[in-house]
Amino acid sequence: MTAPALARTRAAQPSPAMHFADNVDYPPLLGRPIVFLPGLALLFEALRWFGFGATAIGRGLTALLHLSGLSPAADNLVVAGLATLVVGFNLAVVMRLRLRWQVYVVWLELALLILVFFYSFNLSFEFIQRKIGFLITQGLMMTLIISVASISIASVLALLGAMAKLSSNGVAIGIANFYTSLFRGIPLLMQIYLIYMGLPQLGYVVDAVPAGIAALSLCYGAYMTEIFRAGIESIPKGQWEAARALGLKPGATLTRIILPQAMRVIIPPTGNQFIAMLKDSSLVSVVGVWELMYLARTQGQSEFRHVEMMITASMIYWLFSILLELVQARIERFYGRAHAR
Amino acid sequence: MRDSEPIQDDPAAPAVEIRALGKWFGAFKALDGLDLSVARGERLVICGPSGSGKSTLIRTINALEGFEEGEIRVNGIRLTREPAAVEAVRLRVGMVFQQFNLFPHLTVLENCALPLRLVRGLPAAEARERALHYLSKVRIPEQADKFAAQLSGGQQQRVAIARALAMEPGIMLFDEPTSALDPEMVKEVLDTMVGLAAEGMTMMVVTHEMGFARQVADRVIFMDRGKIVEAAPPEDFFARPREPRTQAFLQQILRAH
Repeated sequence: MTAPALARTRAAQPSPAMHFADNVDYPPLLGRPIVFLPGLALLFEALRWFGFGATAIGRGLTALLHLSGLSPAADNLVVAGLATLVVGFNLAVVMRLRLRWQVYVVWLELALLILVFFYSFNLSFEFIQRKIGFLITQGLMMTLIISVASISIASVLALLGAMAKLSSNGVAIGIANFYTSLFRGIPLLMQIYLIYMGLPQLGYVVDAVPAGIAALSLCYGAYMTEIFRAGIESIPKGQWEAARALGLKPGATLTRIILPQAMRVIIPPTGNQFIAMLKDSSLVSVVGVWELMYLARTQGQSEFRHVEMMITASMIYWLFSILLELVQARIERFYGRAHAR
Repeated sequence: MRDSEPIQDDPAAPAVEIRALGKWFGAFKALDGLDLSVARGERLVICGPSGSGKSTLIRTINALEGFEEGEIRVNGIRLTREPAAVEAVRLRVGMVFQQFNLFPHLTVLENCALPLRLVRGLPAAEARERALHYLSKVRIPEQADKFAAQLSGGQQQRVAIARALAMEPGIMLFDEPTSALDPEMVKEVLDTMVGLAAEGMTMMVVTHEMGFARQVADRVIFMDRGKIVEAAPPEDFFARPREPRTQAFLQQILRAH
């Protein structure tokens, strides 16, 4: 296929991710020699400067190519050159793929790099294997329970907060304003302490898990109140007017007409909040809840294998963040279906 | 407090009766002691320069705008700020907007059927059937499963008319229904409205479509500065306008068309 023909087929099927598909084919930035060549030179110089040959990856490469006879300086030069060539060749290949595959390939390559980085720590996989079962059955389960409960309660609080802020009731507005101000204004860690150790001063003794869920719900509910409010306000007044003129009551107008439309605006930042909360749930470990981060810390202590446990826990957090991202993408597609032509 | 009166249709009352209606937007008096009575089955066209209060007038009739002075009665029911009164009036009055205001997250059919289920309490199947009936009436049933964004402006406005009609109101208000349309789509919407008029629907139409007014209206009223300046059957209104302001307005608008 000739190049213009290829370009035409690409234009005919714009990527779903592309918000605005321009009809001008600028040469790809990385495809321009004036960017590509100096870029590689810069990469080479940086690798050389930081002594890439002496890193674990560099030493691995040296061993792989049986270059051990060289002087350290020459070795560094060769390894930096090799790495630069690999990157350049890789880019040249990837640039020829279709957009969707470019995304996948680049993503996987970067993930591989991270794994190699971790691999260079000389981790004891035997130790990880021994502990990961407990980390998942106890730690991950607790983290998920706390996150799911907090996400659910925070969503309800956010909806109530947004409705209060948009109401014509001064008391409701006052409460909602104070709520968002307080819980966005003080550190989450402090909120957990206040609920767990402050409430007993009033005579209410709260268990660690409910205290953690309460703090996370209140804090994220406050952030999400603003997201929900902005989402509801983004719907044109004409939608309210049409619904009310047809005789829909205010509640039905909100739940059946306004909120489903506002969801398009609400979902992306809310997905952000959920992912942030998944990881902020680790703060609950300060009051002794046996969630993922707490176990990762304590389990590693016994045999001085902290790094193993921290990396394992991080990978589990990451996996579940990816899961949330996928769910978010699905929900976005659902609420955007009226706008897909 | 006003003493409450029962919310009940009065068969002898006119469709809409407005007495000494006054409304302010801040310091600006949008409606200034306006009196108007619309008989059942009457087709009324309201015209006037921009800012004259014609849109505000019909929006006060179904309580999309409040008012400070005077009285509005729909089928004899007095429109107060009481929820029961407002709901009763809105059930009797359908509204079509300049910007269509279709619900973009619902299909065309759901746009018409959802209010039937939520407000009239119809079961889903019956609501669907009635929605389809009114979509056929505006000659658009084949678009029932599309979303509003997939339709042309004229089609969207016809769906909006079907949505209002499906609630089976006795009175239809039109707020510049063709002003946001491309010229070639104005006719399909006006034709739909002409058909509706032929069936005896009580209609109040804010429009600058003077051809429509000539063809359909029983009476044309000209508004300026929140007051009715002139009201007459279309043959008199266009041939022998009495007021200088009406004459000037007609000269401008007829020259433009």
